[in-house]
Amino acid sequence: MSAQQIVFLVTAGVIVISAALVVTVRNLIHASLWLVITLFAVAAIYVQLEADFLAVVQVILYIGAISILIIFSVMLTRRVMADTGPQRIPQWPLAAVLALLVFGGLAYLLVQVPWPLAPNVDVSDTVLALGEAFVDPNRYVIPFEVATVLLLVALVGSISLALPERESD
Amino acid sequence: MVPLSWYLVLAALLFSIGIYGVLARANAIGILMALELMLNGVILNIVAFWRYRGPTQVSGQMFAIIVFAVAAAEAAVGLALIISIYRRRGTVVAEDVSLLKW
Repeated sequence: MSAQQIVFLVTAGVIVISAALVVTVRNLIHASLWLVITLFAVAAIYVQLEADFLAVVQVILYIGAISILIIFSVMLTRRVMADTGPQRIPQWPLAAVLALLVFGGLAYLLVQVPWPLAPNVDVSDTVLALGEAFVDPNRYVIPFEVATVLLLVALVGSISLALPERESD
Repeated sequence: MVPLSWYLVLAALLFSIGIYGVLARANAIGILMALELMLNGVILNIVAFWRYRGPTQVSGQMFAIIVFAVAAAEAAVGLALIISIYRRRGTVVAEDVSLLKW
């Protein structure tokens, strides 16, 4: 077993354990902190896949923005430090069975298919290639613009949704 | 070199844990957290396929970046909805928000 495989297995173990804690821990603040650890470990997997730009985006966007947003809304929406009531629905064994079935099916299918692999080349300078592809009119400029419009709409929409109601209208 | 199937199984596992969380969590914010786990599994799958099947093309990473943007939009709108529901109805338990249930 090579060093790369050992590093992968350690990272994968961190991901699986912390992800399982995210969905099972009672305290939601703890769950969101475990979510941060999961996202960090996924960023480490991206580094192992030599997708350095995506690893940076994962840290900035998921850990820096989304998890902070989640922690803020956890703190905004609960009465101070009182997690009363069950944190999972009564039918949770059914959900566990379904998740196991999905995992079994996916894993069986993905392992069984003989994926034709590309020859192993040295991946470097993906950031330059990505940046050029994003602004090239013949390649990805339209998806890029659509994504920016989507983000703008989400920004305006979430602000207007979270605004307090006005009395007059 | 780590085999491709290891990455795929890890992504499937992350996705399944997310499915369990989405189905079993009572709190709406917990559901959103599990949704983030599912999206991470999907992106991990895309990036693994990019690395092993088309590392000379940028389309794989491009796909992952677009999914990132959609995930950010989804998280922002979802949390704004939850805060709005909390303000009107005083609860974030998904089962109690049954206004549209006939």
